Amino acid sequence: MLAESLALSAALFAIGVIGVLTRRNAIILFMCIELMLNAVNLSLVALSKVYGASGEVFVLFVITVAAAEAAVGLAIVISIFRHRQSVNLDDINLLKG
Amino acid sequence: MIQTPPPEMGHPLADTVARFAWLLPVLPLLGFALNGFLSLKHAAHAGPADPTAASEHAHGDHGHAAHGHDDHGHDDHHAARHPAAKLVSLIGPGVLLLSFGLAVAIFGAMRAAHIEDPYILTLFQWMPTGDLSIDVAFQLDQLSMVMVLIITGIGSLIHLFSVGYMQDDPGYPRYFAYLNLFVFFMLLLVLGSSYPLMFVGWEGVGLCSYLLIGFWFSEKANADAGKKAFIVNRIGDFGMLVAMFLMFANFGTLSFTGLEGALGDVEVGALVPTAIALFLFLGATGKSAQIPLYVWLPDAMAGPTPVSALIHAATMVTAGVYLIARSGLLFALAPTAQLTVALVGALTAVFAATIGLKQWDIKKVLAYSTVSQLGYMFVGVGVGAYTAGVFHLMTHAFFKALLFLGSGSVIYAMHQAYHATHKHEDAQDMRNMGGLKAHMPVTFYLMWIATLAIAGIPFFSGFFSKDEILASVFARTHGSTLAEGALLGVPGSVVLYVVYALGLAAALMTAIYMTRMMLYTFHGPNRTGDAERPHLKEAPWIMTGPLVVLGVLSLAGGWFNIPPILGFLGADGVLHHWLEPVTGAAELMVTHGEAAHLSHSTEYVLIGTAIAIAVAGIAFAFAKLKPEALKPAKESPAEQGLAKTLYNKWYVDEGYDKAIVQPTVAVSRTVLWKGIDVGLIDGLLVNGSAVFTKALAWAGAQLHTGRVGTYAWIFVLGAVMVLGAFTFF
Repeated sequence: MLAESLALSAALFAIGVIGVLTRRNAIILFMCIELMLNAVNLSLVALSKVYGASGEVFVLFVITVAAAEAAVGLAIVISIFRHRQSVNLDDINLLKG
Repeated sequence: MIQTPPPEMGHPLADTVARFAWLLPVLPLLGFALNGFLSLKHAAHAGPADPTAASEHAHGDHGHAAHGHDDHGHDDHHAARHPAAKLVSLIGPGVLLLSFGLAVAIFGAMRAAHIEDPYILTLFQWMPTGDLSIDVAFQLDQLSMVMVLIITGIGSLIHLFSVGYMQDDPGYPRYFAYLNLFVFFMLLLVLGSSYPLMFVGWEGVGLCSYLLIGFWFSEKANADAGKKAFIVNRIGDFGMLVAMFLMFANFGTLSFTGLEGALGDVEVGALVPTAIALFLFLGATGKSAQIPLYVWLPDAMAGPTPVSALIHAATMVTAGVYLIARSGLLFALAPTAQLTVALVGALTAVFAATIGLKQWDIKKVLAYSTVSQLGYMFVGVGVGAYTAGVFHLMTHAFFKALLFLGSGSVIYAMHQAYHATHKHEDAQDMRNMGGLKAHMPVTFYLMWIATLAIAGIPFFSGFFSKDEILASVFARTHGSTLAEGALLGVPGSVVLYVVYALGLAAALMTAIYMTRMMLYTFHGPNRTGDAERPHLKEAPWIMTGPLVVLGVLSLAGGWFNIPPILGFLGADGVLHHWLEPVTGAAELMVTHGEAAHLSHSTEYVLIGTAIAIAVAGIAFAFAKLKPEALKPAKESPAEQGLAKTLYNKWYVDEGYDKAIVQPTVAVSRTVLWKGIDVGLIDGLLVNGSAVFTKALAWAGAQLHTGRVGTYAWIFVLGAVMVLGAFTFF
């Protein structure tokens, strides 16, 4: 079971990475990040079967922090949308040096 | 022969006035400080300054007269003396006279004590480094005593003369400050007990000569002359430094007494002493204006005339002679170096004399005469006749100081006359003079005394010293280390015969050009101008007085060292016996332990030849040169042929310019400036590094797009690389 769980986790993570790298929509980007976080959560849960319960505790932390982060991120995205009528990341390069 | 540093307490001089010897240089230093302080206060109005400057600079730029000291030669004649002039006139010569008085007292103590070893007066530790410890210590012995007496004695007279000559210069206190400082360094030079301390004085007089030559620095020519003296001297100082390094590397000591001890078991002709001696001589050629470094001295006449008398006749330029006399034992071990010194001295004597034949500027004649006479001194010390060299140094200080100060009086009178009639002519050109005999009789007679002395007429001081040098050369052609040595393959005795012949040739020319100067200046009709003539008169007594003293010395100075063969004139060889403890050992080494000796008949022939040559030179000048035929400088045609070449000093300056200065400038301009500075340093290193950083920054900025996608890509790439590194390594 462990090997299959880790394989699924890796596949989900890779899908998340590809999504981050290829998609331009900020919302989808968020979803992909969530996907990667959850892939990590999955491997943490799977591994805690072998190494003890601390992994599951980490999962709780990750979910909490991710939720908070998503709230902040979503707020930023919304205010950007209000200014620019777009959440396409190609249109947004305010951090350019 | 080996002298160990004597314990100070036990020395016969320790309890005498000699323990105050440190005051000798300190007094002039004090004078420098006081006068320097007074010079900070500027004169309210610029007054007339040096007579020498008047005619040349009369039409100069007066736009910056606010400085207060560059207004010389200006027409308006309100003599605005410096407010502190009276005080300065008291301090300046005063400290020197005190110093001279002390020197006389110490001289008396030294005579009474009959010392054999030098008295070393240690003041404080100066450079304790590793194996080397150098103290600030003064060495009192017979040689330094002679030098101190000359410096303070002649120096006092020149200071007194300056009171009259420079009184109306707005920079009067500054002038005396420099003069006092110069004497301080000169005394340090001759009193220092080690080469480094001597070098401090050596550099110090160089600095002061720069300050004094360029005293009227607002004229570019004067400032340039100062720079020239300074820079040419630096070349010589390089030699002196290398000599000191070699000395320390090979003998581990730099003090005079220590070196004498270390030289005890060195063979004659060894490489190390020869190299050290040659490098020391390079230093001496710089300071004493010998070939090839003599070019600075004639230009140095740009300074006030008393400066020429002090620095360029009596003191600084003789430092090289003193250096070689002081290093006598070292030179005695190096016959090749000695022959070099003698030959260079003789060549300089002749070369400068030829130039002196055709100069029109009265001070330039004397300048080349100085170069020439210094050549004689080097011949003397070169052949190991240290007494003869120092003797000529002494008599030369008498008669050359007299000549310079006399010319100062003449220039002063000429300037006053031109001033009175508002005429702008060259007050130093002999073509403008003539017939001054009637107007300045005292100067006239005194300068003739000096001329006869320098020409070598019997019973005047220069006769004895010059004759002794020539006789010493002749005596060493056989039975001396010099005769057995060789210079570039030529046997030493041949070189010495050449040196002797050159010495005679120079003597003949000296008699001619000095008589020429006297004839053109004082004899014949006056060429100053009808309006100016009534204004020509003798200088005040503050100037003429020192001339009289120098006149007596020029007349009688020879009695200090009468050769034994003329012993009927008085006690013979006083100076020789006096200097014996210092230079005796070295002189005997050169002559294989026996006093140099000539048969009486030979000696009479030599003396006769010398007299004949001097008389012939003067007679030739009288017969050939007709002051009546001269015209004032303005109306004179330009010289032609050889005379022109001589007038232009054999074009040596131009040659140096072509051979050294211009290539140096060209290399500096193309390689150093355009190539290395602009190209390499500015271009490649400074701007190059800026361009490189800029390019790097541009490359970084390209990554800095502000697009999250790009950052994510880079982030992933980085993560993969880290993972890869963990996985595969």
